[in-house]
Amino acid sequence: MSTLTPAAPSESLSGPTALNAGPRRRGKTRMDPTRNSTGAGIAAWLLALLFAAPVVWMILTSFHSETDAATNPPSIAANLTLDAYKEFFGETSGVSPWPSLINSATASILSTVLVLALAIPAAYALSIRPVKKWTDVMFFFLSTKMMPVVAAILPLYLFARTVGALDNIWFLILMYTSMNLPIAVWMMRSFLAEVPEEMLEAAQIDGAGLLLILRKIIAPVAMPGIAATALICFIFSWNELLLARVLTGVVAGTAPVFLTGFVSGQGLFLAKVCAAAVVISLPVLFAGFAAQDKLVQGLSLGAVK
Amino acid sequence: MTTATARISRSGHTAAKPSRNAKSRERALAWARRAPLLPALVFLIIVTQLPFVVTLIISFLNWNSLSPDKTAFAGLENYVTVLTDPDLRQAIFTTILLTVAVVLASLLIGLGLALLLDKKFIGRGLARTLLIAPFLVVPVAAALIWKHALLNPTYGLINGILTWIWSLFGSVTPPQLDLLSQAPLMAVIVSLVWQWTPFMMLILLAGLQSRPMDTVEAAQMDGATPWAIFRHLTLPHLRQYLELGGLLGAIYIVQNFDAVFTLTAGGLGTANLPYAIYQTFYFANEYGLASAAGVVVVIGTIIVATFALRTVFSLFKKEAAR
Repeated sequence: MSTLTPAAPSESLSGPTALNAGPRRRGKTRMDPTRNSTGAGIAAWLLALLFAAPVVWMILTSFHSETDAATNPPSIAANLTLDAYKEFFGETSGVSPWPSLINSATASILSTVLVLALAIPAAYALSIRPVKKWTDVMFFFLSTKMMPVVAAILPLYLFARTVGALDNIWFLILMYTSMNLPIAVWMMRSFLAEVPEEMLEAAQIDGAGLLLILRKIIAPVAMPGIAATALICFIFSWNELLLARVLTGVVAGTAPVFLTGFVSGQGLFLAKVCAAAVVISLPVLFAGFAAQDKLVQGLSLGAVK
Repeated sequence: MTTATARISRSGHTAAKPSRNAKSRERALAWARRAPLLPALVFLIIVTQLPFVVTLIISFLNWNSLSPDKTAFAGLENYVTVLTDPDLRQAIFTTILLTVAVVLASLLIGLGLALLLDKKFIGRGLARTLLIAPFLVVPVAAALIWKHALLNPTYGLINGILTWIWSLFGSVTPPQLDLLSQAPLMAVIVSLVWQWTPFMMLILLAGLQSRPMDTVEAAQMDGATPWAIFRHLTLPHLRQYLELGGLLGAIYIVQNFDAVFTLTAGGLGTANLPYAIYQTFYFANEYGLASAAGVVVVIGTIIVATFALRTVFSLFKKEAAR
């Protein structure tokens, strides 16, 4: 069994304190070439501001009035107002974005819960007590992620139409679950692989039951990983457009589908577009910044730490 | 799951003892190990593999839902159409061009940013956070912002800044860009590069920070120039990460739908395959043709994915061997 189990990082040999100290110690011994760092700092800051400028401009414009938003040159110092947000929430049009926001939240949260419920046991069977040929299984999961959604969307659409699941949020939830499951399995496996094997064996020798081992040894190591996995699955579901556009309509339409209503221009509406973009991006911005440290690991399917 | 795994740990103990029906016990043990894996595996096969098999079947049919009575076996006809129809062939080229351009540009800019962020400077954490922001805007929202707030020819920020700079020099005839109608594919590329550069930067930064510093320090002491260190130490170490970023980016960008849909609605030669397939089945109701195009995308992705898998696998083995 020990040959099949992925080895824990060597720093973790002496238990959880050493495990925690592992990455931190590596960060400390890393000696950056600190020369030229003023130049690098200025360049990095200029580029950071350039990259963030569209986001800053989006937020600023969302607080401008429509007439101030559509000027050339731009009116940076124009008075701030909440009118665009009131408009977005349907003050004059009466069209509320709330149903679509609630649909998005429902689809993202419930699919994330389902993903975790399926991925955590699967990751357990791929790391802590691995099945034979567990690497093959890992690559099967990964290969499904490589199939473009467009290659499967027509049969899914036809199936949904036949069984009356079109415009049904539950069908979309199942789609999002399958979309995120491979990512979650890969991420969770890389987190569970960090559980020190020696501790598992020691606990077993001491006669600890499975529940106790799960609670006392696996959970403390895996919890941050579960949180990061959940946040990344949430982001991907919240962002998704193609499946939602094809499979939902007026009832189960999600926030990105609602946003497509702004694709063609409608006179003076720039501030309203910006307000819409801010409101709909807020959950992702929060989730993303919260998961910042684990973002790379998630996006690289656990390959990069 | 709880009961199944509980059984393993218990039988894990007894298996060590000599037993008469060791073989059947071993089989039960293997199944108990598999049990937690099965729900995820079965679910994924049903939801992803089964539909693709159906797509494969439909791709050989002449099937337009507007004239269902004419549905018939079409052989390779749909595939011939995909490869010869000017619009679909254009979509194949657009997909390749879009993917290659976005991946290369965002990799290069991402590499530059990662090298800068690897240095110590004041407010490095905040600069990093600002640089991640583009990746955390909902893709449709980002495309809308590019379309209306930045690239709009009359009141977009880019033309606004040009007007402002020119007015500083007393000019009232600033140059004004109209990327969306003059170079729409460029508009899509620029907005996607903006969104994907942070992704590349994060992967490459992780690569840089896992670089063994002792060799770099030794090279520095031996008087190696920064360029020589970059060329002979950093770049070889980063190769895997560059490949990983490039190939994962390619897999995501080949599938891009949101930016094309929002910025240009596939007009003026910007329709990539995902958008063309969406139109073919959703509006033109050509189910057979759309499926064949879908299969072509999968074949293309498999070619890219073969390389991607190899890269991911080499990193994965490294991690598993640690």
